[in-house]
Amino acid sequence: MSVLLVLPILLPLLTGAATLVLRPSRLLQRTLGVAGAAALMVASLLLLAAVAKHGIIATELGNWPAPFGITLVADRFSAIMVVLAALMGLAVAIYSLGSMDAGREKEGYYPFYHFMLMGVCGVFLTGDLFNLYVWFEVMLIASFVLMALGGERRQLEGALKYVMINLVSSLIFLAAIGILYGAAGTLNMADLAQQLPLVDPGLVTTLAMLFLVSFGIKSAIFPLFFWLPASYHTPPVAVSAIFAGLLTKVGVYSLIRVFTLLFIQDVGFTHFLILLLSGLTMLTGVLGAMSHDEFRRILSFHIISQVGYMIMGLGLYTPLALAGSIFYIIHHIIVKTNLFLVSGVAHRLGGTYELAGLRDLYRLAPGLSILFVISAFSLAGVPPLSGFWAKLILLRAGLETGEYLIVAVALLVGLLTLFSMTKIWGKAFWQEPLQPQPMPHRTGGHRRPLYLLYLPMTALALLTVAIGLLAEPVFLFSMQAAEQLLDPAAYIETVLRGGR
Amino acid sequence: MLLFSLVLIFAAAALAPWLLRFGAVRASTFLTFPPLVLTGYFLTLTDRVGAGAVVESHPWVPALGVNLTFYLDGLSLLFVLLVSGVGTLVFLYAGHYMREEPQLGRFFFFLTFFMGSMLGLVLAGNLITLFVFWELTSISSYFLIGYRHGEEESRAAALQALLVTGLGGLALLAGFLLLGQVAGSLEMSAVLGSGEVVRDHPLYLPILLLVLAGAFTKSAQFPFHFWLPSAMAAPTPVSAYLHSVTMVKAGIYLLARFSPVLGGTPPWQWSLILAGAATMLLGVVLAIGQNDLKRLLAYSTINSLGILVFLLGIDTEKAVHAALVFLLVHALYKGALFLVAGIVDHQTGTRDIRQLRGLGRQLPLITVATALAALSMAGFPPLFGFIGKETIYHVVLDAPSAAPLLTLLTVLANVLLVAVAALFVLKPFFGRPAMAVDPHPLPAAMTLGPVLLAAGGLVIGLLPWLIDERLLTPAASAVLATPTQVELALWHGINLNLLLSLLTFVLGAGAYLGWLRWGQMAARWRPLAGWGPATWYKWGLKGLTGTAAAQTRILQHGYLSLYLLAIFVATCGFAGLALWRAGGVPLALQLGDLQFFEAVIALLILASAVVAIRSDSRLGAIVAMGVIGYGIALIYIEFGAPDLAMTQFIIETITVILFILVISRLPAYAELSSRGSRLRDALVAVAGGGLMTVLVLAALATGSESRLADFFAETTYPEAHGRDIVNVILVDFRAMDTLGEITVLGLAGAGVAALLRLRPTSKRGENRHQSQEQEEMRQSLILATATRYLMPMLLLLSLFLFLRGHYLPGGGFIGGLVAAATFSLHAFAYGVKRTRQILRLRPRTYIGLGLLLALGSGLVSLVTGHPFLTGRWEALQFGAMGELQLGTPLAFDAGVFLVVIGATLAILLPLAEGD
Repeated sequence: MSVLLVLPILLPLLTGAATLVLRPSRLLQRTLGVAGAAALMVASLLLLAAVAKHGIIATELGNWPAPFGITLVADRFSAIMVVLAALMGLAVAIYSLGSMDAGREKEGYYPFYHFMLMGVCGVFLTGDLFNLYVWFEVMLIASFVLMALGGERRQLEGALKYVMINLVSSLIFLAAIGILYGAAGTLNMADLAQQLPLVDPGLVTTLAMLFLVSFGIKSAIFPLFFWLPASYHTPPVAVSAIFAGLLTKVGVYSLIRVFTLLFIQDVGFTHFLILLLSGLTMLTGVLGAMSHDEFRRILSFHIISQVGYMIMGLGLYTPLALAGSIFYIIHHIIVKTNLFLVSGVAHRLGGTYELAGLRDLYRLAPGLSILFVISAFSLAGVPPLSGFWAKLILLRAGLETGEYLIVAVALLVGLLTLFSMTKIWGKAFWQEPLQPQPMPHRTGGHRRPLYLLYLPMTALALLTVAIGLLAEPVFLFSMQAAEQLLDPAAYIETVLRGGR
Repeated sequence: MLLFSLVLIFAAAALAPWLLRFGAVRASTFLTFPPLVLTGYFLTLTDRVGAGAVVESHPWVPALGVNLTFYLDGLSLLFVLLVSGVGTLVFLYAGHYMREEPQLGRFFFFLTFFMGSMLGLVLAGNLITLFVFWELTSISSYFLIGYRHGEEESRAAALQALLVTGLGGLALLAGFLLLGQVAGSLEMSAVLGSGEVVRDHPLYLPILLLVLAGAFTKSAQFPFHFWLPSAMAAPTPVSAYLHSVTMVKAGIYLLARFSPVLGGTPPWQWSLILAGAATMLLGVVLAIGQNDLKRLLAYSTINSLGILVFLLGIDTEKAVHAALVFLLVHALYKGALFLVAGIVDHQTGTRDIRQLRGLGRQLPLITVATALAALSMAGFPPLFGFIGKETIYHVVLDAPSAAPLLTLLTVLANVLLVAVAALFVLKPFFGRPAMAVDPHPLPAAMTLGPVLLAAGGLVIGLLPWLIDERLLTPAASAVLATPTQVELALWHGINLNLLLSLLTFVLGAGAYLGWLRWGQMAARWRPLAGWGPATWYKWGLKGLTGTAAAQTRILQHGYLSLYLLAIFVATCGFAGLALWRAGGVPLALQLGDLQFFEAVIALLILASAVVAIRSDSRLGAIVAMGVIGYGIALIYIEFGAPDLAMTQFIIETITVILFILVISRLPAYAELSSRGSRLRDALVAVAGGGLMTVLVLAALATGSESRLADFFAETTYPEAHGRDIVNVILVDFRAMDTLGEITVLGLAGAGVAALLRLRPTSKRGENRHQSQEQEEMRQSLILATATRYLMPMLLLLSLFLFLRGHYLPGGGFIGGLVAAATFSLHAFAYGVKRTRQILRLRPRTYIGLGLLLALGSGLVSLVTGHPFLTGRWEALQFGAMGELQLGTPLAFDAGVFLVVIGATLAILLPLAEGD
């Protein structure tokens, strides 16, 4: 069973290293790229099954007992995140087959793609704070290369802002780890949870702020989100899509992890601050989306606004609220990735991401229209799609705790989300061209079969519909995951007795 | 069964696009069957419902209290019959009406989907389920209003309707959640039974206002009425079905449904009466002077919706009766008239009453139907409309308060109805025929709808006992939550009501005669409408997008330096807040322990930092940064970590070399920041540095001795078979970190190589050629000779450093760096091309192999069932020389060695190539 914990890290590493070693043949790269993602998918499902069956599982790497070695640990929250990462990894890998240009495929798109997945899975599975930092670095460097690969001017501009701001995040994170280690004498998170009550509470809360800022940058919350809208619209769409699905969620995961396990000394201050920031994040994000007229820029700002919802549950800090956050993350990863994938097909049909240039997709591409409508409405929280339940749970949690203001903000932002989605719909899909035009001719490199694009998009759209119609199991799972988070005793015990 | 009826409709919706392949008429005829069957089925349920509500529940998300519960009582039944009955006729009609339009598959999908949603809405027995269907009606309405999506007007109207009803929908959701919280359940049956609890709860008023917001937006009450006239951009069957008979009545349904829970209080009565009266009046005012048949009907619908809300607000038993009667009256005549408007439009191509005339000859049957519907609208006996109007007059005359005022308002509203009804019949159908009319005879399917609906008004008017006992009594009992009896009769004798009716006719006739003249007058007032809610909506939208643009310009301005500044300010701000809240933290500041050597290093670092900031050349800044790095390495030495120090020295050196390779390609060094911004940055920098200092000192003050260090010291030799603790930590205790870090390093190397190779405007071919010449020129005989002798020794040194790593300072990392430096030297001496030949494999292959080796070494232990990366050791005996422990951590370290070589060369070689 302990091997299930390492596989989600080792499989992408193996795929990445193998694609790096093998000669740059496109066929090999593509085959391995998808096969590796599929293997990861299988491994992640096995992990989820194990966690669902046995509860929290842990393994001590190198067989060194906790807290001296590094422990990998998976509770329900970790396991579902790994599954989602693997699912998006597979979906976007298939999509890449149909959309990535030959140059990037030869020059290492697939290795970096898998190394990024390795970092993401590492974050979700590690039980060690410094190890978490290492996975953040793996993810950051891999994603930076993916973002800059190709070297177009826009890309480099975006990638520079991306990497600079994220390096600052790493710097703050590293400093915070160092100081925390100095004060508490351990890096193992379960052990830290036990040692922190012995440390001066003022110091702990101040350090919590450093973690909030560092992970807040990664999650793109207000006022730290600048890197995201500056960069997500620049790389090839498959890269945007996998980033949109996973990267900010890694930050959100980390925020939820440390603010339920470690920094719970002064919830009245820390979690209220998070709640405040969640409201501002929702608002500023959606307003940003409303002010743009480019498909991917609109979607990028929506990520910010949606992250607001995810940390709203953390800020409310009740079991139902955290379940809402987890549900929201599950829903969001699927839907957001898909929206970016849809934007890629729109780009292929219309030759641009500018709404002013995209027209008439409703007539030209009915299938794409359906996929867009499902995902966009789900994002806006229209029932009975997955986003509706995610919002419903959070709203209920907010009303139950009497936080009416944040509920009002969440509702309003839902409407504004719908508004900006109808903007895309009205312009790119509904508006007819001034003069009837033939289908835009497909340019070089775009001759690949469309089913490679539609297959993953359709699967993800069906998933959001399925989560909407069968919300009960997903909600129950989220609730159990939230209860595990709010009662860390089992987590601590499992880790410190070495997963045995 | 109730669930099945919904499934039937949604299945029909899913089939619709496919059915349309067989032609619009055939498809729509087929699609009339499901609602027809449902109408029949629900008619058979009247007796059961009369005996009590039918409840059917299927679990959906029971953990959240959300179930697919259906609740069929008299009120739901009335609405279900409206939805399915009128739906049948509309589908029949629409197939012919729309047959030449494009995208009919989607049209019929959304129309059928709407029907299912509307049925779900009125059948829902769970607050959340109700809300789900409520939203689905808004969504399908969006797509139906926007059917002619090529036109800007349609798109704007669709969006307007969606936003207005969407806003109300969100309020409704909040209201429902609060209501569920107060009532303790989201199930309708429980909520309906907890009226007293709810009305006495402090949250009553918020709940009421939120629910009303939902109802008023959906049912187009002032000030949300403006979306309804715009929605007339939809094809006529949609206007008839959604925007007069069913969807706009959803708000009325909601009010009636929850009046046992929320009603009976002054806030309820006042808000409903005020909103209803205002809407009534507004419908009258706005209708005056309209010339478009559909717009006339739209404003009269607003008026009628106002009447309905107003009646529910009066909140007496008779008022509820009157509301239900009028609901049915209105559905019959308004449905008929809308369909007629569509026919007129279809046959003549216009809906302007100033142009239409004399259609009576061509469309005799339609003329009769129109006349009947209009007479019902105007409230003439013996039509159902007459009964409706009489009941209403009866209610307002007996109203508990302000009866004269309410009566006046109602009469005014009815005068409008008379005028509109007269316009609708007399203008298009009478007078001299002077219009070009579509010569094709009107298909029976299109005639059937208006004729049946209009005839319904006549039949019920003559035989009101057909419905009062069976249909209206259960509905009224449901709204009032007590048994009640609705008794309808055409003739009540001569009384005040009848006099009022006569007055209404007279005034209505006057209004008709003066219509066009008033129209001119109204045209003069029309600018006043510019101050109305439609304009608020426009301003609101503009203000919102303006705000959005402004805030985004402020936040997402594009300057990296300011982004970073904001982040540092936020960091200091949040941390400062926490410190302030804690009232400070204990600090450990013992300068007495400071050694001279440490102070020198500290000063060196500080001085270099100042130089790096002040320097006006890049090179100077970089060298100063290098000195800082060396200073840190010295600190490592001072505190007994020679491995780290060695690594740091080599890294700093390589970094400086890298910078120097790159620096020549950068633009000239310029000072762009003003004095003020430098001062500001300095302040933030000092704050940030101060914060870190405080935190470090605080950590020292509370810091416990690390338990980890002791453990490492005790186990490093006996269990991990190494003496150099740092190396053992790297390759064994925390090997996973190292695996991650060499991945980072490998990624950086491979990434730089890939980025340099793949560039959009690559002139690599030329450059390479050129650089080859450069390389040849650069070769120096002395360097080449020296390198030839040095290289084997240096490589041996690197191997030595690597191998001894486990026991003495060294290891894969340092060894790899030395090897990489050696190959770099070779590249400088013989040219990159020769170096690549010696290496045989590409640097990225070294990286990949190194990673695979490290990974493989960790996998060994999995075979024996130990966790990943567990060290496996074998002792090799060398007789007298002792033994040598060989283990997987050494293989791991070899992986590190390879990755470091590959990564360093992957970065250095392309740069040295001078591409």
